[in-house]
Amino acid sequence: MDHEEVHVSSYASLAKVLVALLILTTISVLATGWHLGPITAAVALVIASIKVGTVITYFMHMKFESLFLKLLVTGVFFIFALVIIITFIDYLLR
Amino acid sequence: MSNSESGTQLSYLQHPGKYKGILSWLLTTDHKRIALLYFYCVIVFFFIAAILGLLMRVELFAPGQTIMGPQTYNGLFTIHGIIMIFVIVIPALPAIFGNFFLPIMLGARDVAFPRLNLFSFYLYLTGAILGVLSQFAGDGPPDTGWTFYVPYSAQSSTNVIFALTAAFVLGFSSILTGLNFIVTIHRLRAPGMGWFKMPLFPWAIYATGWIQVLATPIIGITLLMVIAERVLHIGFFDPALGGDPVLFQHLFWIYSHPAVYIMILPAMGIVTEIFPTFSQKPVFGYTAILISSLAIAFVGYFVWGHHMFTAGISYGSRWFFSFLTFLVAVPSAIKVFNWVSTMYGGSIDLKPPLLYAISFIFLFMIGGFTGITLGAVAADVHVHDTAFVVAHFHYIIFGGMGFATFAGIHYWYPKMFGKMYNNRIANIAWGINFAGFNLLYFPQFIIGIQGMPRRYFDYLPQFQTGQIISTIGGFVLFTGLVLMVYNFIRSIKHGAIAPSNPWGGVTLEWQIPSPPPHENFDTIPEIKHPPYFFGNNSNTKNE
Amino acid sequence: MTHPDNNSDHMDSQTGKFGMWIFLFTELFLFGGLFLVYAVFRANYSEDFHKAARELNAFIGTLNTVFLLVSSMTVAMSLTAIQKKQKNLALFLVLTTLFLAALFMLNKYFEWSHKFHFKLYPGSEVLKNLARGELLFFGLYFMMTGLHALHVLVGMVLLSINIVKIQTRRITSQNYLLLENSALYWHLVDLIWIFLFPLLYLIT
Repeated sequence: MDHEEVHVSSYASLAKVLVALLILTTISVLATGWHLGPITAAVALVIASIKVGTVITYFMHMKFESLFLKLLVTGVFFIFALVIIITFIDYLLR
Repeated sequence: MSNSESGTQLSYLQHPGKYKGILSWLLTTDHKRIALLYFYCVIVFFFIAAILGLLMRVELFAPGQTIMGPQTYNGLFTIHGIIMIFVIVIPALPAIFGNFFLPIMLGARDVAFPRLNLFSFYLYLTGAILGVLSQFAGDGPPDTGWTFYVPYSAQSSTNVIFALTAAFVLGFSSILTGLNFIVTIHRLRAPGMGWFKMPLFPWAIYATGWIQVLATPIIGITLLMVIAERVLHIGFFDPALGGDPVLFQHLFWIYSHPAVYIMILPAMGIVTEIFPTFSQKPVFGYTAILISSLAIAFVGYFVWGHHMFTAGISYGSRWFFSFLTFLVAVPSAIKVFNWVSTMYGGSIDLKPPLLYAISFIFLFMIGGFTGITLGAVAADVHVHDTAFVVAHFHYIIFGGMGFATFAGIHYWYPKMFGKMYNNRIANIAWGINFAGFNLLYFPQFIIGIQGMPRRYFDYLPQFQTGQIISTIGGFVLFTGLVLMVYNFIRSIKHGAIAPSNPWGGVTLEWQIPSPPPHENFDTIPEIKHPPYFFGNNSNTKNE
Repeated sequence: MTHPDNNSDHMDSQTGKFGMWIFLFTELFLFGGLFLVYAVFRANYSEDFHKAARELNAFIGTLNTVFLLVSSMTVAMSLTAIQKKQKNLALFLVLTTLFLAALFMLNKYFEWSHKFHFKLYPGSEVLKNLARGELLFFGLYFMMTGLHALHVLVGMVLLSINIVKIQTRRITSQNYLLLENSALYWHLVDLIWIFLFPLLYLIT
C-alpha cells in the first residue's frame, strides 16, 4: 500500500501545456513553407522532440516522478538513438 | 529458522488452490508451478529439436543424399534452429529458473505480476505450437533457415508466415517475462536486501530482462515487415522495388545478437551461484561480476554487425563492429577469472552441479575464443557461413548455456522436487555428454576452416572423416542426454527425500523446505548479511 | 529502495506504473524499427520522399495531430478529476478522449480510402510505376500509420473499459491504476503520431 503524497496536475496547467503544444505544431506546419534546405528535417525533428518532451514531462507526469524513472526514460531514448546512428555508420560510408 | 522446518506444511506441488486437478496447474499463478509448466514444455521441445538435429547428422554421415533430399534438409535445419533458438534457449533459463528462484532468492512470495506470468506462458505455448504447425500446414515446412534472410524468405513458397508469426508470439512472451522480472527485482526485494545484497543470479536475470524488453520488439517489427513483404510486396527489402536486403540483416541482428546475451547471462548467473556453494566460500569479485553482467548487456547491444562482415556493409562499419566485439569479450573473461578464483582455496565438493559448471567454463571458453576469431574481420571472411561458425555457436550455446542449464537442474532439482537424484548416474551421464559433445562439434571447427559450408546437405569427400566423427558424437551425446533425463524422471519416485539444504548453500532458497511451500516463506526474512555469507551456521548442510 | 509488497491481492500503484512504463519502452522500440527503415530510405531517396509526401493531405494530418494533442490533455485531465473525486467530470473527459480518437480514426479512414481510390497501396500497379523512393514512401506511410491506427484502436478499447469502471465505481480516487496506465498508453499513441506527422506530412 502506498500512501505517498501524489501530485495532482491542475486543469489550468494541463490546458497551458496543450496551448504550448498547439503553438509548436503551428510553427512546425509553417516551417514547411520556409526554405530551409538541408536543415529542414532537423528543424522538424527538433520541434517534434520538444513536443514529445513536453508530453512526457507534463501529460505523462514525468516532472513529478522519481529521478530514477527520468534517467531511465532518457537512457532508453539514448540507446535507441545509438542504434540508428550506428546503422548509419554503414549507410553513410558505403 | 522457522522457514526451513515445515514438516506439516504442504508444498507448492500439493497446495490446494482455487482450482482442482489439472486446472490447478493450467490456471496457476504460482511462479513455481509456472516454472514447471515451462520446464516440461522445454524438455519435450528440446528432444524434438535434438532429434531433428540428429537426423541432420545422419544425412551428413556421407556425401550426397543419404536419407533425405536437399529440400527436406533445408526444412530440417530451419525448424531445428527455430525451435532451439526461439522455443528453447531464449526462453528457458528466465522462464524456468528465473520464474522458480527469482522471487525466492529475493525473499518475495511471487513475481510482481503473477497473472501476466501465466499469460507469458500461454503465449509461449502458442508460439511453440505455431512453430510446429509450420511443418504440417499446406505449403511445406519453411526452408529459409531460422534467420529468415531476404530475399529468399520473401519468395519461398513454403509456410514462412507461420514461422514468422510463431517467432513473433514467442518474442512477445519473452518481453512480458522480462518486464515482470525487472519490476519484481525493483519492487519486491525483502527488507534489508539492498541492490548490493542481492545474489548474482537475480542480477543476471535483471540484466537479461532489460535485453528482453529493449531488443525483442525490434525483431517483432522486422518479422512483421517480412510478412508485409510477402503479402503486400511492401518493398523495404526488395532491390527491384528500391529496398535493401542488407537492411533486413541489420534489423534482424539488432535483436538476434542481444538475444544471445539473453541466453548466456542467466547461464552465467547459475554457475555463479554454484561455484561459491561447492567451494564453500563467497564469490570472488561480487561487484566485478555484477558490473560485467550489465556491461555485457549494454555493449552487446552494439555488436550486431559482426554477423554481416561479408554482406557488403561499409568499411567503417566493419571496423566499428569488430572493435566492439572484442570489447564485449572482456567482461566475460573477467567472469571466468572470478569463477576460477572463487574455487581457489575453497573446500571443493565435486558434485554433479559443480562438474557441469566446471565443464561449462571449458566449453564456454572454446566457444568464446572462436567467437573472437569470428570477430576479427579478416579471419571471418574466411570462415563465415562454414561449419566453423556452427561449431562456435554450438560451443557457446550448447556447451555454454546448455551445460550451465544442466548444472542448474542438478543444483536446484532437490529444491524443486524434494528428491535427490542418483549421483552415479548423473556423473556417468555427464561423462557421456561431455565426450559426445566434443566429438560432435570439435571436428566442425576443422572442416569449417578447410571449407565445409554450413546449411549444405552435400559436401566434398575430403570432409567426410570429420562428418563421420561428428555424427558418431551426436549419437553419443544423445545417449548421455537420455540417461541424464532418465535419472531425473526416475528420481521423482525413487530418489531419496531431499533436505532443505543438501549442498550447504547460503542463498535464500536453501533456507526454506524442499519443495517450497506455496508462498515460499512463513515470514518474509529480514536480510542482514551480504549475499554470500559463509560465516555462521547459516549454511548448515543437512544430509 | 526496498518496497516490500508481498500481498499479491493488491498491487501498489508504483509497481503497476513502473510495469507500464517498461511496456511503453517496448512500444518505442517496436515503432523504432520502422523509424529506422524510414531514416535509411529517406537518406537514400530524399527527392522521391519529398515528391511522394505531396500526395498526403497536410491539412488532415494537422487536424489529426490537433485531435490527438487535445485528447492527450483530456485524458490527463481525467486523472485529475478522478483524484479530485469528480466522477462525472472524469467520465466526461474520458468520453471526450474516446470521441476525439474516433474522429482520428474517421479521418484515417477517409485518407486511406482516398489513396485506395487512386490505387496507391502496396503491391498496386500504380505504385510499381512510381519512382522507387516514392514506392517505399507509400509502403512506410501505410505500415506506420497502419500500425499506429491499430494502437489507437487498442487505446479506444482501454478507454472504454475505463469508462465502464469509472461509472461502476471500480475506479476511485484511491484506486485508479487502470486509468493512469491507460492514460500513459494513450499518451504513447500521441507521442508516436507527433513524430509520424512531420516525417510523413511535412517534408514537402
